Amino acid sequence: MASGIKDKVAILGMGCSKFGERWDAGPEELMVEAYLEAMQDAGIEPTQIDAAWFSTHIDETGTGKGGTPLSMALRLPNIAVTRVENFCAGGSEALRGAVYAVASGAADIALALGVEKLKDTGYGGLPVGAAGTLIPQWAPSGSAPGNFAQLASAYRAKHNVSKEDLKRAIAHVSVKSHANGALNPKAHLQKAITEEQVMNAPMIAEPLGLFDCCGVSDGAAAAIVTTPEIAKALGKHNIVTVKAMQLSVSNGLESQHNSWDGSYFHTARIAAKKAYLEAGIQNPRDEVSMMEVHDCFSITELVTMEDLFISPEGQAVKDVMDGFYDADGKVPCQIDGGLKCFGHPIGASGLRMAYEMYLQILGRAGARQLKDPRIGLTHNLGGSPSQNVCSVTIIGAHGA
Amino acid sequence: MAQQSIGLTGFGGYIPRLRLQRKSVAQANAWVAPNFLGKGKGERSMANWDEDSVTMAVEAARDLLGADDDRSHVDALFFGSTTMPFKDRLNAGIISAALTLGENVRAVDVASTQRAGTSALMQALTTVKAGEAKNAIVVASDHRKTRAASAQELDFGDGAAALSVGSENVIATYLGGTSLTIDFVDHFRGGTDDFDYNWEERWIRDEGYTKIIPRAVKAALEASGTVAGDIKHFVLPTTFGVKFVQQLAKASGIAPDAARDTLADNCGETGAAHSLVMLVHTLQKEAKPGDKIMVLHFGGGCDAMVFEATDKIASQSGKRGIAGSLAQGVPETNYMKFLTYNGLVEWEKGMRAEQDKKTALTTLYRNEDMLMGLVGGRCTETGVVQFPRSRISVNPNNHTVDTQEPYKFADRKAKILSWSADFLSFSMSPPNHYGMVVFDEGGRIMMDFTDVEQGTVDSGMEVRLVFRIKDIDEKRGFRKYFWKAVPVTNANVTSKTGQAAE
Repeated sequence: MASGIKDKVAILGMGCSKFGERWDAGPEELMVEAYLEAMQDAGIEPTQIDAAWFSTHIDETGTGKGGTPLSMALRLPNIAVTRVENFCAGGSEALRGAVYAVASGAADIALALGVEKLKDTGYGGLPVGAAGTLIPQWAPSGSAPGNFAQLASAYRAKHNVSKEDLKRAIAHVSVKSHANGALNPKAHLQKAITEEQVMNAPMIAEPLGLFDCCGVSDGAAAAIVTTPEIAKALGKHNIVTVKAMQLSVSNGLESQHNSWDGSYFHTARIAAKKAYLEAGIQNPRDEVSMMEVHDCFSITELVTMEDLFISPEGQAVKDVMDGFYDADGKVPCQIDGGLKCFGHPIGASGLRMAYEMYLQILGRAGARQLKDPRIGLTHNLGGSPSQNVCSVTIIGAHGA
Repeated sequence: MAQQSIGLTGFGGYIPRLRLQRKSVAQANAWVAPNFLGKGKGERSMANWDEDSVTMAVEAARDLLGADDDRSHVDALFFGSTTMPFKDRLNAGIISAALTLGENVRAVDVASTQRAGTSALMQALTTVKAGEAKNAIVVASDHRKTRAASAQELDFGDGAAALSVGSENVIATYLGGTSLTIDFVDHFRGGTDDFDYNWEERWIRDEGYTKIIPRAVKAALEASGTVAGDIKHFVLPTTFGVKFVQQLAKASGIAPDAARDTLADNCGETGAAHSLVMLVHTLQKEAKPGDKIMVLHFGGGCDAMVFEATDKIASQSGKRGIAGSLAQGVPETNYMKFLTYNGLVEWEKGMRAEQDKKTALTTLYRNEDMLMGLVGGRCTETGVVQFPRSRISVNPNNHTVDTQEPYKFADRKAKILSWSADFLSFSMSPPNHYGMVVFDEGGRIMMDFTDVEQGTVDSGMEVRLVFRIKDIDEKRGFRKYFWKAVPVTNANVTSKTGQAAE
């Protein structure tokens, strides 16, 4: 078995733009915003970057294809730039590319940057697009909320949960994220809300109402990675390292084989198991200090608590209602507001999750700083419940 | 040599579930057309936005053939309609593909006249009689577009009927028939027009029906060797009412009570399909073995045929047919919905509807049985079924390679695993319902739902599959077809978007 990535790569610096409806900024400005913060944090010159990985999902809304948008916006010194795209998990993919390059010795210092400019479409929600020439001829022309909402109907049927109980539990998921987001000056949505507001909001895709859906935001996030040795040589003392990076991709089982019941993420369970093994985590409920999960919708977050083996199967509703994942709970989740409130500029989200874990471990998270977190987990999903890619990344203090 | 007895060997029918209440139409238009207030009675069938003459024909043919039929015996298909979606693409070919008929089937479109349904039937009879086909099927279907506040809007309905023609297990023997061809233009629709142009009703009634029908009746009686008094069922579509049909019967020496229900009250006139719709209804509700039935359709002259029901008619008792379809109606009081479905309102669809709907015809052909026939794959080694078919099996325990044979899903039992009612994505019938459908015998498909009312769906519910329009490419005049799931509900459903007609 492979020796894994644990502690082979350190995060030298990170940056993240303000997320939100950035009417003032195009993708270039967003990239520069995240990049300059990361470079200042890393304390290096552009010429020290050996290679870059660039994540963006939707070509049509302005960022464009290939590696050139990043290289040109940042005026990189003609180094290799690889564009990656893996639905909403592209940000984690960019980080994975940069981390693997450093681990392999092919690069001493590598950059990962993700960006998405969504608010140039003229309407809310994600841009509507076609997927090839065959899928549009048969698959439902639905939406992301309609695809993820189906988790709720299958979860209710499997665990015999009433519509009302599940609706209230997912409402609490959003209430918690809004409370967290209210403390984050870079978050898209910074207003606390109540369970009643969530329950009474207009329906988007049954049973998901407006507050069950994450923000559709513009933004960028970046990471600069190197080896722990180089980080020390560059004068870093508190070093944050990558403990595990796993990605699991659907092979059609969920969408074509009746062994999947529709209530959970098959890929997330596989990626989580592998990530815990890689990081040497035996009991995630006790050992993971905090998490940033892919809460594109409140129901996604709820079932993910079970998929990551933090809540026992069928017990996520109880844990959520008990406040287990609240800021003052045992495993705080979405401490930066999550996709729900920090926002979800698709190509950037995986890196934004890592950004918060990084800040928390270094004690730099300001008003939302947790007490001495050691191990942070990010869960970054792309696609839909029946057909997706799922990334689980674990980072922590060097030696943790 | 004795002539082999040929005739009808089975029937099927389909009337869309929505029944537009004429009162809602008449009252909405009373400000401009108060003369139609008196016509504001009863209901007319109304196709869903995703139905056209082809999809309704497929439904009628599926009822005719039944779920267990492998369709390999069908060797000819005649489709009669004046509202075919394509002017140049064999519409019967679409129906054939949806029914998974073999490529050796002789498929023919019969169009351009209200007689298209009866003429298609006569062609099928002739073909079988000539020995060029053994088992022909005939489908007639119409989805006529009418102007708002017109008489036709109230009189017409949408629907389809299907008949099989052969020489074995004949339920109604064909005794003979005739066609009169007369260029009597009671109405017409030009090649580039959406709507009919109609001449004065009194002239159509007095100079058209009253003079032409008796000549057709006489010729058909002679051709079939039948006397007028023996006709038990006189099947003639007209919007002039059943009393007028009784008068026409009487004028030809046929008992007035032989005049069959024109289904004006609960269906409306379904165009070229209507004579066959009425015939199927008659075969279901009225005809006894030995009864002689005359079927006519007026239009550019008149077709007339005489059949005699046999004791095999009981074999069709399990069919939905027209009677079953009529019993399954859902009242619709929202006239705006009817106008919108029929493209008579410029409505704000939102930016999400701007997506290009272009169809890659290469991809369509490469995957034709999958897209048109809902054919997936079954692994010949493990028996695992899946949709779509693939070279490497999805079976997690054994990813066998190149072991799959075609496997039809359209008539299998299925249930809803997961679903949502989506208000965000564009739908002609919001909220957009779709979800994962799992088949009792294996396999699953994430698919659109249709004919569904909000609040009636849940996991575990049974569905049946229907062939419908997936998308309309208005830019290029093309339409995509695929299969959708209809939740089977026993609840007494009414259309919830309906506004009160009061």
